[in-house]
Amino acid sequence: MPIYQIGPKRLVVGAHYGLKEWIIQRVTAIVMVIFTFVLLIDYCITGSPTYEGWSGLFANQFMKLLTFLALFSLFYHAWIGVRDIWMDYIKPVSVRLTLQVLTVLYLVACAAYAVQILWKV
Amino acid sequence: MVDAPQNIKKDRPIYRNIGLAQLIKYRLPWAGKVSILHRISGAVLFLLLPFILYLFDQSLASELSYQKFQAFTSNILVKIISLGLIWCFLHHFCAGIRYLLLDVEIGVEKSEANRSAIFVFSLGVALTAVVGLKMFGFY
Repeated sequence: MPIYQIGPKRLVVGAHYGLKEWIIQRVTAIVMVIFTFVLLIDYCITGSPTYEGWSGLFANQFMKLLTFLALFSLFYHAWIGVRDIWMDYIKPVSVRLTLQVLTVLYLVACAAYAVQILWKV
Repeated sequence: MVDAPQNIKKDRPIYRNIGLAQLIKYRLPWAGKVSILHRISGAVLFLLLPFILYLFDQSLASELSYQKFQAFTSNILVKIISLGLIWCFLHHFCAGIRYLLLDVEIGVEKSEANRSAIFVFSLGVALTAVVGLKMFGFY
């Protein structure tokens, strides 16, 4: 038995076996569900939206932080999902790695834009 | 099921490294359809993130940009694209909640899982219809 093999089944290659990503995918999903319901409840209370009402909602510090958390969750969630798509369909390592790097850069840029939008209000 | 007659097994097509031609006529169960649509809707939302953020920006930046946002989103083409995105979101949302429930072992049983898949797909379409009718001013 080679020295890097621990136990009869597991080949230790330094990977995390995806558990961390699996949990993050679910936690971020729950954050976004909560945010969706907050928006929905706000829509039900205020009825037809106006600019004052809409911008006032996001001017509130608590809502701003909740929105930031929801958007941050969205980007992390998207990273894991898109990474899974590349891992499933793109086999050549060079192409896969390139796409993964581009995905990360794209999402970081989106996150910066989101921060800019939120803290302008 | 272990003792199923051999001749039934023999008639089934066997797919290894499934190709595009085979994929088209491959009959997925409802859970499979919901699953691939979950992936496709997620990918579409990912690709159109800048567009969604742009709309969010326009709606929030100022009174003037809010008016521009309203004018922009009253365009018929923008409405159709937005409705497509709304379906993507609603399907992804409903199917995602189904997965969270499956994770805590709710509805894992085969017939239940099939029913919940049909329910989730229908709910996504129905909620999109509700939003769509509102968008096009039917109520």
